[in-house]
Amino acid sequence: MLQIRNLTKIYEGGVKALDNVSFDVPNGQFLTVIGLSGSGKSTLLRCINRLIEPTEGQIIWNGEDITKASPEEMRRIRRKIGMVFQHFNLVHRSKVLTNVLAGRLGYVNPTWSLLNRFPKKDSEKAIKKMERVGIADKAQSRADELSGGQQQRVGIARALMQDPEMILADEPVASLDPVLAHSIMKHLEDINKNDGVTVLCSLHFLDLVHRYADYVIALNEGKLVFEGTPEQIDDNKFKDIYGRDAERVG
Amino acid sequence: MKNKKENKTSLWKSLKIGVITLLIMIILAYGFQITRVDLEELSSEQRQDSLIRVTRALAKPDFFEYNKTEEIVNTPFYLPCPEGGSIPEVPSQDQSNPYLVITPACASSGDTITVEGFNFAPSASGPLRFVPGSDQENLVTLGRVSVKTDLSGHFISSMDLPDRESDEVQYIRVSLSRNTGAPHFSQSARDTLEKIIETVFLALLATIFGTIIAIPMSFFAARNLMKPVKSPLLSISLSVLGWPIGIAVGFMIIQALGNFSDSIGVNVWVNLASIVIALTIIWFAFRWAVPPEELVPPSLIIRVVRIAVLFIGVVFSFYGLFQLISVLRTLGANLTDSLGSFGFLGNFLFQLSDISKLLIPVLGGLAAGGFLGSFMGRIGQRGSEKIAERGLKIINLITASTAGATLLVLLGQLLEWLYQIENPLYTLWGPLAVGGLMGLLLAIFTKAKEPLPTGLAIYYITRTFLNALRSVEALIMAIVFVIAVGIGPFAGVLALGLHTIVSLAKLYSEQVESIMSGPLEAIQATGANRLQTIIYAVVPQIVPPYISYTMYRWDINVRMSTIIGFVGGGGIGFLLQQNINLLNYRGASAQMVAIAVVVASMDYVSSVVRERMV
Repeated sequence: MLQIRNLTKIYEGGVKALDNVSFDVPNGQFLTVIGLSGSGKSTLLRCINRLIEPTEGQIIWNGEDITKASPEEMRRIRRKIGMVFQHFNLVHRSKVLTNVLAGRLGYVNPTWSLLNRFPKKDSEKAIKKMERVGIADKAQSRADELSGGQQQRVGIARALMQDPEMILADEPVASLDPVLAHSIMKHLEDINKNDGVTVLCSLHFLDLVHRYADYVIALNEGKLVFEGTPEQIDDNKFKDIYGRDAERVG
Repeated sequence: MKNKKENKTSLWKSLKIGVITLLIMIILAYGFQITRVDLEELSSEQRQDSLIRVTRALAKPDFFEYNKTEEIVNTPFYLPCPEGGSIPEVPSQDQSNPYLVITPACASSGDTITVEGFNFAPSASGPLRFVPGSDQENLVTLGRVSVKTDLSGHFISSMDLPDRESDEVQYIRVSLSRNTGAPHFSQSARDTLEKIIETVFLALLATIFGTIIAIPMSFFAARNLMKPVKSPLLSISLSVLGWPIGIAVGFMIIQALGNFSDSIGVNVWVNLASIVIALTIIWFAFRWAVPPEELVPPSLIIRVVRIAVLFIGVVFSFYGLFQLISVLRTLGANLTDSLGSFGFLGNFLFQLSDISKLLIPVLGGLAAGGFLGSFMGRIGQRGSEKIAERGLKIINLITASTAGATLLVLLGQLLEWLYQIENPLYTLWGPLAVGGLMGLLLAIFTKAKEPLPTGLAIYYITRTFLNALRSVEALIMAIVFVIAVGIGPFAGVLALGLHTIVSLAKLYSEQVESIMSGPLEAIQATGANRLQTIIYAVVPQIVPPYISYTMYRWDINVRMSTIIGFVGGGGIGFLLQQNINLLNYRGASAQMVAIAVVVASMDYVSSVVRERMV
């Protein structure tokens, strides 16, 4: 159970990216976060694994307050939270295999990993995860030689290496075409349904939301403006979330 | 009304332009005055003569020379004509050998005579001289006329007689030399080659040493890496205390190890056995104490035991290192004698062992300082998490004031050493009080658990240090190092190396600041610690620019090393300056050509390498 309580983030310069946001995510749920660009979706996801330090509020995950965790505890918490990014965020000049193995950095002994030495079972595991997302044949390629869809699969494989209990996906399909978008979303769905991993995913397109989400929250200018199942987003709610002038597409 | 206003502005505008033009003229005029622009000097005949002479010499770099054969003929001559008008019998000359015909056979001083030479080698040239005194071997000569034979070995020249009258016979001497055989490299060319090789290697060593130190330094000077580094006050103060203690203890332990290692002696077999034993112990210690993966954090006791085992491992590794040095030393000394022309390899080993022996205690001390500093910092970090706000505040008051006092006392001792103030009030008690007070104030006015921006502080200190040192030219550093290690290329290596460190660290750090933040974020999100993040997200991104900057720097260093010899820093500059001072412009020209060739080929090589690697 992930509980967000009164989460507020004010950036240097006074921009209020999150304003007193509270909601709960039961374990195993596929939650999508929707909202306009700049509404605070990315900030919310990054606050959960503290890539961004929240200004106020609490994030309680399975009874542990993430906002109070020490650096060492944070390392232990982060390694259980996989993250997938809009721009994939792979290390371009490294091999795909190295990128995937990087998912184990939170587990392995830092000293050995500095010498690029991973335990044998991690390497075997990396091959398995790459097979699962269909990129095992690219293991020795450089990451920037891959297409967008393949890169995002590397991103997912990297998250899977962490044996995650939760995956944060920050607009994972926004840079991909609709066909690839579905294939990536299906991988996330598979991980959610078959492995029981909680997924928090921010999305732009409502058809994807309807197709994949168990539950939806919507942000507008940092405030939580909607909370419910995808079916509950009618035209009225839509206007609340995206503004009066917005038109539905797709 | 409107028109008038426009008129006024345009008048004002022209006036402004006029004033600005006048100002520029004044500035230029002053500049002429200051830099003494004067073409009058150039048109003076003396200047033009020497300019032509130097330019012609520069156009003929002294690379090749010929073997010379010289023919010297002395012909008796009377100055003035003997009284009585009869000229003593001049021994007749062998008409098959080179000979001179002088007309008239005698004359008085100030007259002009005609000298004709026959049977000389064709196309030979040399001076025609008057030899005073009756000794035809006399090296002192008067007057000098250059003559050159034609293809049949004949020349004719007129000569003004000097004011050197004598009753005895005097001589007219011609010494004609000509090139024989194939051209071969001149001494100057060989010197140039030797020195240009020295120059290239000087630049190479400086670049390598500079790069090795600049890489880790550049991370401390990168804002994007340092800004997130924050730690609470307790962690900072304990770390500040840990550093000097670690350095001192580490240095002493390692030196004791070195002495112990020395006392074992230089028996190679004993040394080799020690190395093998040390390696085995290190291997097992690290295998046991650094497990590949840990899912549950280990208990305190296990951690303590691990640190103890690692400590033993480190002690043995230093012992092994010292033994290795001893082997290298023996090996180097033997090889230098037995390898003949490859003796420099032996000398390399010998010098390497010497340098290592000097550096290991220092580096080891620094490493120990770093280790103890970060270890105490970790304890401080944990302490500030666990201890309650109140108690922490009190602990902070004590540790922060101790740390502040320690830091300033150390600084005070440095001042004492530098300036020899010899007043403990300024170098001991004063800093002690001020440092303690500063720590105390810091502890009072910060919240006990609040993380302070240590990273930014380190960033600013590093930046200031780099900028300050970078503003000192390598040439000036070379002057200092020449004093420290003596004239020679080693001083140049040190000066260029130091300059390379500071300028490369700055260039590198700017590259680190411009990397993509996405991968950094992604690696952090996996739970990687700071060092892992650097290795996995930062390093792959900075390899290409680092290589290209290093090549660029090597390029600069080659160019710099050509002039570093001007102040005694070794390399070709030394030779160049010497030749210029000796007015040997043909030699200087040879060195200039060599520099141009090396710099141009460096340019080419570096562009090729950059293309390949990046």
